[in-house]
Amino acid sequence: MNFDINLIVSRLPELAQGFGITIVMWIAGTIGAALLGFIIAIARRYGPLPLGILLRVYIEVIRGTPFLIQLFLLYFGGPSIGLSLEPVPAGLIGITLYGAAYFAEIFRAGFEAVPHGHVEAAECVGFTRTQVVFRVLIPEMTMLVLPAAVNMTIVLAKDTAVLSIITVPEVTMVISAIGSEFYAFVESLFLLALFYWGLVELCGKLGRTAESKLSKYRFAAS
Amino acid sequence: MTSSALLINRLHKSFGKTEVLRGIDLEIPHGQVPCLIGPSGSGKSTLLRCMAFLEEPTSGTVVVNGRPLGYTESADGTRTRLPAAEIRAVRSQIGMVFQQFNLWPHMTALGNVSEALKTVQKLPVREAEERAMAQLQKVGLENRADHYPSQLSGGQQQRVAIARALAIEPKLVFFDEPTASLDPELTGEVLNVMRALAADGMTMVVVSHEIGFAASVGQKVAFLDQGKLLINGTPREVFQKNRHPRIDQFLETYLDRGAAMLL
Repeated sequence: MNFDINLIVSRLPELAQGFGITIVMWIAGTIGAALLGFIIAIARRYGPLPLGILLRVYIEVIRGTPFLIQLFLLYFGGPSIGLSLEPVPAGLIGITLYGAAYFAEIFRAGFEAVPHGHVEAAECVGFTRTQVVFRVLIPEMTMLVLPAAVNMTIVLAKDTAVLSIITVPEVTMVISAIGSEFYAFVESLFLLALFYWGLVELCGKLGRTAESKLSKYRFAAS
Repeated sequence: MTSSALLINRLHKSFGKTEVLRGIDLEIPHGQVPCLIGPSGSGKSTLLRCMAFLEEPTSGTVVVNGRPLGYTESADGTRTRLPAAEIRAVRSQIGMVFQQFNLWPHMTALGNVSEALKTVQKLPVREAEERAMAQLQKVGLENRADHYPSQLSGGQQQRVAIARALAIEPKLVFFDEPTASLDPELTGEVLNVMRALAADGMTMVVVSHEIGFAASVGQKVAFLDQGKLLINGTPREVFQKNRHPRIDQFLETYLDRGAAMLL
């Protein structure tokens, strides 16, 4: 079998566009998922009980079903309930709703890991409940969840590939199309793997940099 | 200043079915440094935490400088919870120092000490930091102001925690086993800060296993056993004259470890 990467590289403009869309879906989706996940975690912690139960069900359903099926239901099932979306917005909403369930759990665990004594120390010097949340709980939770949040960001980078099934013109879809055109499946998949790996390495590097920058804030040994 | 710094009346505290405090009465005059000692599980930390309203008493009252903390209790025993702002106001007269220090890891030493001045008292940043710096000087850590808790030794962390408790200018400072997680050398530096504070006339309540400190600094020593104040007297009364058999039993291991000279 000939391994001719040039076949694919010759379609660079299309590829570049595919890369671009993947990165946009990834970054926008991750930001959306983290924000929504944070709101869910706060609502479950401080909101009324019925809302908490509802959000718990949401998290269990999202975590309990494959992303592929969730996307199918959103994109192909949506129109039957009057929700017709273009591929790109559907993909963004899908990845946000999916990632948010995981981020919500990461943040919940982070909040619970903040030592209660740090909260008591704040109460003793006169903080209100809100001041405790903003000055102590959120900053400490953020440091605690950093490794898990980076991990989730990496998972979402690779999960953008699933968006190809609802015809979001991201890199997996573009390369697959080129691959079929030239019957160059191995080359195309090889290049694709290389791309995701590079993206993940970059993300991991950023995560490690952030962790070492924040290391002086780490919890002190007593 | 005619009222006591702290007045505790018939204080009970239960966790579920376990009764931890079984009717504590205690009066602490201004400027006194009582030490609460007793075996583990005797309720001394719970008593201190109830005094700071970190635990809500099951019944009974805590009055700080004439103001009830947490609840008011009427003659027939019905309790009314005070509004959160009133609880914060009364509690701001109390500084609390914990066994685990509980410094906020994302703030420097100066940040930890100045935080309440900025967030709660709304002082301008400069003034808050000047006042915080003065507190750090008191505990001998002005040259560690920009260090984060993770960059400080245990003893230094606890001294920062003391500076943080003092920054809000409390009328009373509570110490909950402040040296229990420190080695003897670091324990010494923390106890020195506490001695200086006592010499300054601060009213302090100290829960500690440092019998030597209790004997030398405490004007009163209260011995708690199974949720009750067994003895409350001067160190001389508690440790020397007609020692209660329960105290003998408790002190045995201290005496074994060579602390007899302190008593």
